Amino acid sequence: MAQPFVDGALETPAGPVPRVSSLLSAADRRGGIRVRWGIGRMRYDVVPGLYALGAPDAEAPVLVSANYKLSFDALRSSLPGRSAFLLVVDTQGINVWCAAGKGTFSAAEVSRGISEARLSEIVRSRRVILPQLSAPGVTAREVESATGFQAIFGPIRAEDLPAYLDAGCRATEAMRRKSFDLRERVVLVPMELVPELKWAVALAALLLLLSGLGGSGGYASELASHGLFAAFVVLATLLAGTTLTPMLLPWLPGRAFSLKGAIAGALLFAPFGMAAWLAAGSGGRVALALEVAGLGLIAISGAAYLALNFTGSTTFTSLSGVRREMRLAVPLEIAFGAAGLGTWLAGRLAS
Amino acid sequence: MTERTTRKLVYLADVVTLRFEPEKCTGCRMCATVCPRGVWAFADKKAVIYDRDACIECGACARNCADGAISVRAGVGCATAIINSYFSKDKGACCC
Repeated sequence: MAQPFVDGALETPAGPVPRVSSLLSAADRRGGIRVRWGIGRMRYDVVPGLYALGAPDAEAPVLVSANYKLSFDALRSSLPGRSAFLLVVDTQGINVWCAAGKGTFSAAEVSRGISEARLSEIVRSRRVILPQLSAPGVTAREVESATGFQAIFGPIRAEDLPAYLDAGCRATEAMRRKSFDLRERVVLVPMELVPELKWAVALAALLLLLSGLGGSGGYASELASHGLFAAFVVLATLLAGTTLTPMLLPWLPGRAFSLKGAIAGALLFAPFGMAAWLAAGSGGRVALALEVAGLGLIAISGAAYLALNFTGSTTFTSLSGVRREMRLAVPLEIAFGAAGLGTWLAGRLAS
Repeated sequence: MTERTTRKLVYLADVVTLRFEPEKCTGCRMCATVCPRGVWAFADKKAVIYDRDACIECGACARNCADGAISVRAGVGCATAIINSYFSKDKGACCC
């Protein structure tokens, strides 16, 4: 099973160890972009085991990672010009933090990796450096009792490893805090957007088809005006919940994700709702008001629901918190969404 | 390194299941080492819960506390996983 990123082998007392570079190839980068869009994401893995970065000797540090290739690539590309052993643990192709949460990145797996690689024959030190975010799954003291190797927690981000290693394996406070800045949020957007796209398209199509039933302009003409507008609002709702909310997260008011999403939905809908209201001629004002209000309710409840789904991708939500929010928010979202559909349909049929 | 020092994002107040028994703590600081959220601080060589609402119940501190001084009902704060668990799909697996 040849892995294209392996560029040779390093001879060690325990046999040859595949060697990798800190330079990512164009194929590595393309693969990284593809999985961010959900393409082949569940089979983007690295063969577990020991790898040599550069030309490590018996004194080189041992850095542990998950066998998700995005994790592995982040690790090696953070260490240009350095030599280290990279111990890739079998986390079933899942990233460090999620695997730790699921329990697949565990003391047992790390210990198994250390023994199977015969690490004690390769390096002199009896220490391995784990990513801090493996700590929800790895009981460090159990690694030591099982293997004799002390397991210490390095920084959260691979990019901090050079500074951490140079400081004698000391992490600063900042290295130990999980950030969630704009760039970190934006890379998550495609995986919020893409899986929901089919639902949004289905709802948009439903509104399109229903829209022609009302009005006095004939089915096709009503569909092309009111129907297209409704479909457009549905797609705007999708963007509000899956794109605008993650991007504006720190600035949207409230702590509950549904509230943030509802506000994003309202913000995005407001100018279009206003325009629809103003653009319409006189006559049938009540029907139009119902139609616009119904779409507004759909936008607000839909974006709130989609925003709630972002909780799992964030770095600062708890299970207890999400459960509490859902108990209140999900029934409200369903009620408001259904009311929105009903109101919109009533407005259409009355016009 | 950008935006590292922006204000901490916090979720709902007063909801997490984190429990600490200071009399068991020997001050090894492991909890503060593994916590990605700055929940723990130290006073008189013992840990104290410094920012409880920042806790995400990841369970890293409880798992790595050799003194057994910490408990938390650990899990992942993921609405998708909770919804999947309603339909018992993948036993509540998240998207990752």
